Amino acid sequence: MNATIVRLAAQALLGRRRFWLLLALPVLLVALTVLIAVLTDREAAWPLLPGLGYPIVLPLVAVLAASSVLGPEVDDGSIVYLLSKPISRHGVALSKWVVAWAATLVAGALPLFVSALIAGGGDRAPAIGLAAAVAGTTYSALFLAVSALTRHAVIVSLLFVLIWEGLLGNLLSGVAWLSVAQWGLRIGYEVSAALPDPTNLVWAVLASVVVTVGGVWLAGDRLRSFSLRGED
Amino acid sequence: MSTLVLDSVSRWFGNVVAVNDVSLTISPGVTGLLGPNGAGKTTLMALMTGFLAPSAGTVLLDGKPVWRHTEAYRQIGLVPERELSFGYLTGRQFVRANADLHGLTDPGAATERILGVVDMVEPAGRNLDTYSKGMRQRVKIAAALVHAPALLLLDEPFNGVDPRQRMHLMDLLRRLGDEGRTVLFSSHILEEVERLARHIEVVVSGRHAASGDFGAIRRLMTDRPVQYAVTSSDDRALATVLIAQPSVRAVRLRPDSGLDVEVDDLGSFAVGLPQWARAHGLTLLDLSPSDESLESVFAYLVNR
Repeated sequence: MNATIVRLAAQALLGRRRFWLLLALPVLLVALTVLIAVLTDREAAWPLLPGLGYPIVLPLVAVLAASSVLGPEVDDGSIVYLLSKPISRHGVALSKWVVAWAATLVAGALPLFVSALIAGGGDRAPAIGLAAAVAGTTYSALFLAVSALTRHAVIVSLLFVLIWEGLLGNLLSGVAWLSVAQWGLRIGYEVSAALPDPTNLVWAVLASVVVTVGGVWLAGDRLRSFSLRGED
Repeated sequence: MSTLVLDSVSRWFGNVVAVNDVSLTISPGVTGLLGPNGAGKTTLMALMTGFLAPSAGTVLLDGKPVWRHTEAYRQIGLVPERELSFGYLTGRQFVRANADLHGLTDPGAATERILGVVDMVEPAGRNLDTYSKGMRQRVKIAAALVHAPALLLLDEPFNGVDPRQRMHLMDLLRRLGDEGRTVLFSSHILEEVERLARHIEVVVSGRHAASGDFGAIRRLMTDRPVQYAVTSSDDRALATVLIAQPSVRAVRLRPDSGLDVEVDDLGSFAVGLPQWARAHGLTLLDLSPSDESLESVFAYLVNR
């Protein structure tokens, strides 16, 4: 890992307009939770979490964070300034991921936990907080790899979240075995049995670790083969 | 002192051959890489700096391949043609980040020293997106030089830079060459290369068309047959006069009016033409070179 790259990636993330969108999502979630809790009762706000916060806000934040730290620099070629240095490309990828990961936890998992507390979650709050932290970690690495692989990273990542995990995940229970969100929920289930229990624990832990490590490694490997294409 | 050696390097993208069997050696001093737009200069630069794998052949810096060899960047400074997208950093922060990434022992001092070299100490506190083209170019050069690399590669460094800044940049590159660094810059402008580089490599359509010191290349370019369009009071009469001259290789009547003249020896043609016309009572109405574009110069070098 490299402190300079972490700093530059953080500056790039904070300096982009996309950052405000990234920030707006969790703020809206918490505001909505507060509104419903105040207008009706706290329990009535809970469905926001499994319905909106966990399946939509969290992955969206991860998509925005992961694509902001790597995508634009790869697109416009200015990543050569980072890569023309005697630094391991995997180190570059790891540093970028740390920033995306931290942003996903702060703007994704933490607001989910806060919303859960407001919605009177009891032991469901730390459970969904843990699930979100695990899934956020995996998402950020997966989407970082997607950013290194394709110029259409945001679209590909959104398709994965909305079509694969969202639509197909609801229709076919087997998708849970290959769903980042479901792995996170299964790990959260260990804290509170109020969460669903979609797969088995060992699989959920193993798959999350493999995708996280593999995603960062793949991003680094793509950077090793980064090619500069001229206009001509 | 570093030497970059390309041995039978080719690079293709699908069916398109961008670089075709190029062998050349870049030694210490300033070398110009000359070629028209789209000749493959940027592709060559990418191959030389480890940002593209050769499809065939090898690119070696001091005997070691540059592709997938990150340690080589201790020796390489690269100034890409692409614009900086770090607009939210100041010039100083950007150069300092490059120094940090190189793991220099005293990155702060190295940053200030190199900002002084490129004459950017005063504006270094401003954000990059407030800079003029020439200032951005100088900051890019500072960032590429901060670790004192033995090899400096610049892709079209003078594009869009105003004349005064251009002079300044040229002086800087000349000085670096005199210090014993290997400096390679690409350009599609003959005069630019001529003013700065002793040694020149010419690429056209991905092929290595010529190599040598500037005098030799210049002679090749000026000795080539040149096309002129001439209009006179009596074109047929002028044609008979011209074809008798040893400096003229061919004369052809144009369909409307005037002559196409192909000239071998530009010097004696230029001196002789007015005299021949006067001696035969002909009036020259128009004389213009019809192929002075750089592309035709390159085309000649390739077909030679």
